[in-house]
Amino acid sequence: MAAESYPEDLRYHPEHDWARIEGDTAVLGITWYGQDALGELVHYEPPDVGATLSKDGAYGEVESVKAVSDLIAPLSGEVLEVNDKVVEAPETVNDDPYGEGWLVKIRVADQAETDALMDAETYKSHLSTL
Amino acid sequence: MQETLRRTPLHDRHVALGARMVPFAGWEMPVQYEGVIPEHRAVRRDAGAFDVSHMGELEVEGPRATELLQSALSNDLGQIEPGQAQYTLLTNEQGGIVDDLIVYRLDPFRYLLIVNASNREAAYEWLKDRELRGSDVRDVSDEYGLIAVQGPRALERLGLDPAPAFTFAEGAVGGVTCMVNRTGYTGEQGVELMAMADEAGELWDAVLERGVAPCGLGARDSLRLEVCYPLHGNDIGPDTDAISAGLGWACALDKDFTGVEELRRIKDEGPERRLVAFVMEERAVPRQGMPIVEGGEVTSGTHSPMLDVGIGLGYVLAGLAQPGSELTIDVRGRHRRARTVEKPIYKREE
Repeated sequence: MAAESYPEDLRYHPEHDWARIEGDTAVLGITWYGQDALGELVHYEPPDVGATLSKDGAYGEVESVKAVSDLIAPLSGEVLEVNDKVVEAPETVNDDPYGEGWLVKIRVADQAETDALMDAETYKSHLSTL
Repeated sequence: MQETLRRTPLHDRHVALGARMVPFAGWEMPVQYEGVIPEHRAVRRDAGAFDVSHMGELEVEGPRATELLQSALSNDLGQIEPGQAQYTLLTNEQGGIVDDLIVYRLDPFRYLLIVNASNREAAYEWLKDRELRGSDVRDVSDEYGLIAVQGPRALERLGLDPAPAFTFAEGAVGGVTCMVNRTGYTGEQGVELMAMADEAGELWDAVLERGVAPCGLGARDSLRLEVCYPLHGNDIGPDTDAISAGLGWACALDKDFTGVEELRRIKDEGPERRLVAFVMEERAVPRQGMPIVEGGEVTSGTHSPMLDVGIGLGYVLAGLAQPGSELTIDVRGRHRRARTVEKPIYKREE
């Protein structure tokens, strides 16, 4: 399992989801804290390519042996790509939550929504209150 | 009002080991230390230790103890002698299961019943209400700590000799005297060690010092589900009868006990539903309460760490109970295919 980290270049949602914003697209995943709370992942239920995500809404699920958790969209947008590697090997998220363990790539519907997300420092402060 | 959770004699040790503690049946219990999957594999491949001190211990003693228990428990106590134990059911008038438990015959007139934590009070009251003159029922749970040590190397690590399953004897591990019970809930070889509560910590330390991995309730659940041991409250309960649950083997229908007439009728007529084991044929993790589309419900489900596939137990119409039947599990609105299999779902490779 990966060591705890919260990269500076990502934006964070309080439900432990991250977004890497690249122009009008974004890659989404769950944070180190999120995967640690769940434990080793055994299932990833992705959205369909072309599906519409709405900010703060559930867009898929991840499961460990003992629990299932909704994936919460940090941003609204259309799903461009699903990480099939995680579908095949869900534990990839535990091994590399910000790299190989990404979950979906989306076209960002509203750039203004990115302003509402937390930077790494703010997210870490949020974690310290949990 | 917030319920105060009870703590086992090993609580501080779990916290010191970094366990994730969760509420379970009124107790604060470790659900995992390192992780459910590595703990599960440790038990299948080597040895793991579980704090099961939350389980209840009842003693039934007296010249009429056997008479009381023969009328309340489904299995035939005439089959066991002092030093032997038996899986059995506490049944109600409808043939439903008040609790499933292991009864240990301590001597001809004295029995120990190890009952589920969540049913400790119910089982005690059930027996207390039926007490006869000459049989005394006592809840002695708080006097003992209970540690299950399970896995193919469990005995070797503890320095214990093999003994037949469902027997017990006095023994010692690390200098701590305990009752060494050849029982368990994982499908592996192993023991359940019962020590005085104030010596349980020393016993736990001695077990871990011998290279046994501490394991939480998460692995305990996935281990028992792979080998299809029912969990009371999930797969069996006061509203499910032993025959439909596939526990007819633990019911001596030729003796008199509470609910036996109903169980004989269900057996003669054949149950309408049966508890079956199934394996997912598509990616999905079945969970308790999910509908089975053909008619039925999932009562336990998880992802099998050994088979790397979703597995479960559930009730289906009797016509679908034979192994190989196709089922459809409603996974939060998505239909996923599954197939019934023979129990146990996981078998050790010989």
